[in-house]
Amino acid sequence: MTSLNKEDLIRLAKLADIQITDSEISEIAPQLTEIVNFFDQLKEVDTSNVEPTSQTTGLVDVLRDDEIDVTRIIDKSEEIFSVDALLDKNKNKS
Amino acid sequence: MKLPKTIQELQKDLKEKKYTCVQLVDEYLANIEKNKDLNAFLTVTSEYAYEKAKHLDEIIKNNPKAFGEFPLLGVVFSIKDLYLTKGLRTTAGSKLLENYIPEYSSTVIERIEKVGAIIIGKTNCDAWAHGASGENSDFGPTLNPFNKDYVPGGSSSGSAVSVAADLALASMGTDTGGSIRQPASFTNVIGFKPTYGAVPRYGVVAMASSLDSMGHFTNSVKDAKTIFEVTRGEDGRDSTVVNAKNKKQITRNKQIVIGVPKEYFSGLDTEVEKIVLEAKNRLENLGYEFKEISLPNMKYAVAVYYIIQPAEVSSNLNRYDGVRFGNTRKTFGKEAKRRIMLGTYVLSSGYYDAYYLKAMKVRSLIIKDFEKAFEEVDAIFTPVSPTPAFKLGEKASDPLQMYLADIFTVSANLAGLPGLSVPAGFSKDNLPVGIQLLGPQFGEDIIFEIGETFENNS
Repeated sequence: MTSLNKEDLIRLAKLADIQITDSEISEIAPQLTEIVNFFDQLKEVDTSNVEPTSQTTGLVDVLRDDEIDVTRIIDKSEEIFSVDALLDKNKNKS
Repeated sequence: MKLPKTIQELQKDLKEKKYTCVQLVDEYLANIEKNKDLNAFLTVTSEYAYEKAKHLDEIIKNNPKAFGEFPLLGVVFSIKDLYLTKGLRTTAGSKLLENYIPEYSSTVIERIEKVGAIIIGKTNCDAWAHGASGENSDFGPTLNPFNKDYVPGGSSSGSAVSVAADLALASMGTDTGGSIRQPASFTNVIGFKPTYGAVPRYGVVAMASSLDSMGHFTNSVKDAKTIFEVTRGEDGRDSTVVNAKNKKQITRNKQIVIGVPKEYFSGLDTEVEKIVLEAKNRLENLGYEFKEISLPNMKYAVAVYYIIQPAEVSSNLNRYDGVRFGNTRKTFGKEAKRRIMLGTYVLSSGYYDAYYLKAMKVRSLIIKDFEKAFEEVDAIFTPVSPTPAFKLGEKASDPLQMYLADIFTVSANLAGLPGLSVPAGFSKDNLPVGIQLLGPQFGEDIIFEIGETFENNS
């Protein structure tokens, strides 16, 4: 039988970044122990050739159409990209 | 003034000018005030509702086609406090979000408001939707209007009660393991859970992302269908929403065959068993064929659910750091802490394979059981809950007992199926009992059809 004790709960609370008082620990530890032991029934199920399910409706990736937007193409002349100047010593001195 | 029970009744009254939307809001607000002790509402949005009602009265006056263009015109809704509502406080039933006012509304809220819904308030629920009784709300439990010593079920407690007690005509709820169907059964109203991915989850506080479904409460099956037509479909914001049109066609038997899984009929309260079997006879008399089926892995559903769900809960509740909004993590209530720790445990190194991975595999077997069943039958008929509503405090100190209350509802979430809870009768103590109809994925039509026939012949 699995048993969750005070140390286990302190460790879990630390991992999950939650605060737990001593009285909560003494209440919750036996409850979690009971719940975790309830899970033991799953051991009897043969799942050796079973794939796990995390999503039920069978989704596929949805991608947008790969269309070229000409207005967003950077001008390329003489094998270099030409863009607007970022810094200009004659402008915007303020 | 007699409040309407269905959308049809409401719109007939509005057309005949028996009352205006503003008068309707007056009446509901008076009823909410009178029934304050039920603790169904966390926030009553009177001003917001009046503003909308005035606007709708103008539309009715000026637009002769108003009722065709606004299918939910004048429908007064209460909203489970998990749905974000722009400018209206949204707490998720938790003290952590007690002062949180959202910047935007969830897709579902946008959609119903656009077609004429009036939001009258935000309803009480188990904090973060963790519970089957309403007792885990950080703002006190909601009471069952049929007997105030009893719970109304949960987690969408206030939503169910608001429809049952005429505090709203319809209510939006969420169903992760039965949180719509079970309270509907405990309060004598219709509870509808759509197929996973049929209705966008965008803008709803996430509980367990692979299980959460956005559904609603009404007084009639037809209304449930009308609202679903508004809320369903892609919104471009929830990547799991599948456009049903792309799904393979569901082939039906010529004569509808309803499966009865024998696994759902053991350990039933005798009164529940009697009412459910009577309901089955009634459906048989209406011409439906019944067939016994077996779902052998169903007995593991609660164990699988209480591994997967807390795992997803612990991950989803990680985002509440109290930095950008909300209070600090110190304000989490006891049940939230329990589930966060349980989820952290089943996901932690050394236990992941034994619990989480194992549960995901058994989940596949449960899905296979349903797939096999739906090759033979068109829908599945079961009880909603093994007992009628239980007393306040009865299970509050024993979480495992509380978790077992979900035994007949969780499997639909694990398999992503649509489900409908329909009132079927009352126990000797005058507590409502419902039946559950489950359909194949995206097979909402068939359960609506059976539900409506049943309801019209009750």
